[in-house]
Amino acid sequence: MTDQESRDREHARARAEREATHGSDTPDDYANADPNGVGPIPSSSALTTPDPADATISGSGVGAFGGRGKVRIGDKVFRYLTAGAGMFVCILITLVAVFLLAKAIPSIANDKVNFFTSRTWLVSGSTLQFGIVDLLWTTVLSSVFAMLLAVPVAIGIALFITQYAPRQLARPVAFVVDLLAAIPSIVYGVFGITVFAPKLHGIIDFLNRYLGWIPLFKKQISDPGTVFAGGIILAIMILPIITAIAREVFERTPRENVEAAWALGATRWEMVRLSVLPYGKPGVISGAMLGLGRALGETIAITLILVAPPSGAPFSPSLFYGGETFASKIANAAAEFNNPTQTGAYIAAGLVLFVLTFAVNAAARIVVNRRREFS
Amino acid sequence: MAKRIEAKNLNIYYSKFLAVSEVNFTIAPRSVTAFIGPSGCGKSTVLRTINRMHEVIAGAHVQGDVLLDGENIYGSAVDPVDVRRTIGMVFQRPNPFPTMSIYDNVVAGLKLQSGRIKKVELDDTVEKSLRGANLWEEVKDRLGKPGAGLSGGQQQRLCIARAIAVEPQVLLMDEPCSALDPISTLAIEDLIQSLKEKYTIVIVTHNMQQAARVSERTAFFNLAGVGKPGQLVEIDDTQKIFSNPSEQRTEDYISGRFG
Repeated sequence: MTDQESRDREHARARAEREATHGSDTPDDYANADPNGVGPIPSSSALTTPDPADATISGSGVGAFGGRGKVRIGDKVFRYLTAGAGMFVCILITLVAVFLLAKAIPSIANDKVNFFTSRTWLVSGSTLQFGIVDLLWTTVLSSVFAMLLAVPVAIGIALFITQYAPRQLARPVAFVVDLLAAIPSIVYGVFGITVFAPKLHGIIDFLNRYLGWIPLFKKQISDPGTVFAGGIILAIMILPIITAIAREVFERTPRENVEAAWALGATRWEMVRLSVLPYGKPGVISGAMLGLGRALGETIAITLILVAPPSGAPFSPSLFYGGETFASKIANAAAEFNNPTQTGAYIAAGLVLFVLTFAVNAAARIVVNRRREFS
Repeated sequence: MAKRIEAKNLNIYYSKFLAVSEVNFTIAPRSVTAFIGPSGCGKSTVLRTINRMHEVIAGAHVQGDVLLDGENIYGSAVDPVDVRRTIGMVFQRPNPFPTMSIYDNVVAGLKLQSGRIKKVELDDTVEKSLRGANLWEEVKDRLGKPGAGLSGGQQQRLCIARAIAVEPQVLLMDEPCSALDPISTLAIEDLIQSLKEKYTIVIVTHNMQQAARVSERTAFFNLAGVGKPGQLVEIDDTQKIFSNPSEQRTEDYISGRFG
């Protein structure tokens, strides 16, 4: 699903670029190639070769290749179809934004505490009191942690498949990694909370003993439903998309770059470092950001795994603590969407998630574009 | 520092397909040897066996020996990585590392071979190599700019600078001018003339005038027949190849009767 989305996005971008170049080049091409409405190729060849067929074409003098204004129906139809497809996405995203804003603003206006900095979430009573800071922290912490775990592994798998593994092994490995994407997230959630998370005690105690002085690694609860466990499950979930994108860009490293490294006497790893990794870097960054976007919005697995701390508990930045993300908060409350102001509070949280994901994707674009001069 | 190259009974394969058969030649140090012949006759393939680049392609392998000053580079104890470090190569299409600056491109090979080097030494090598490649004056003010931003001819000279920065024994050039305009081609040809004082140079070219201009020795390659492997027809002084070759097939090719 997400894989498909990313591919669609790639296509849309390529299409936009093609349109851009096409739009600017076409008039020039016509002007250069056909200044008098007579093709330059027949007229010049008529000077050198006295071929009767050529002579007829250049002799006719009335644009054998058609005039400059001629429009072909197929081109026109295709142009509008592609433009329509592009517009559809823009309209859709605008409508989502409008919906979220329209539902969220009234509730935010009635919020009795600061929406961005408050840690309370009381929306069932007569007065609305809700703030997102805890949700934001848990969401970002779990997703960034997942991304930091997943990216190196994904790069490793992608390099193994494209550079090291013999062909007979590369295909099955790639297939198995893709299969990870086919596991439903509810299965990840159930597996995570019943099987995986309880097994983490040893690691958590170890990290707490040696790194516990860092707030991030201070053990806060004995319940297995920690951000740590959730983050690892998220990492497995986003692994296939990052791997797939990394694999694709690594595979497309231009042959001449690879040979340049070999010819300088590079070992395989040095060749990878000189040619494959620099070439694939922007792709890996976009892959990581797509994975991060997926992790930010992941709902059901994280809802099942994370244990929500009791209301009024003190804030803890630790990985070894429970919490709620935007998505799990909304999912947990789904049964109570019965009055618009209360629902609006949850939609406001959804709006922040929307903006956050949007910002992550935009940031990925900026990172990718910034070093375009060097690629 | 330049070395003699000898090929002995060289058979070159792509998997089971025999691409070039029974090549024997000797190339003297500090000389320019041109490989000419029609497309697909295996001259680039032969060139790529001299620095073991041939085997980079999956399934490609070689039978026979290539000797560098008497030492077989296909010996069982020889690491191809070491061979490529002593034999530089310039490709048909300029291929500077796109993400690297001009400076980093020049020292890329040097950093692979020697690990940490003092900045001063690197600076020296960059200037020396770029001067050697006749590019210094054009790029000395923008060494930090990407190598891919240069013109095609400049990029090719950058690749030559990168190849000679590690002071190789031999410089192999695989149609180095085929993607360049005549002025850049002239610059590269002049460069070859000055480089041959230090290096043994082997150049593959489709341009017979170029072979006649730059080389002392010329090797003519051709297919033994339709569907048969390529072979070395003859190797001789360039003067002789282009005026009075020993083989009829060479004369046919030179005079444009085929190919």
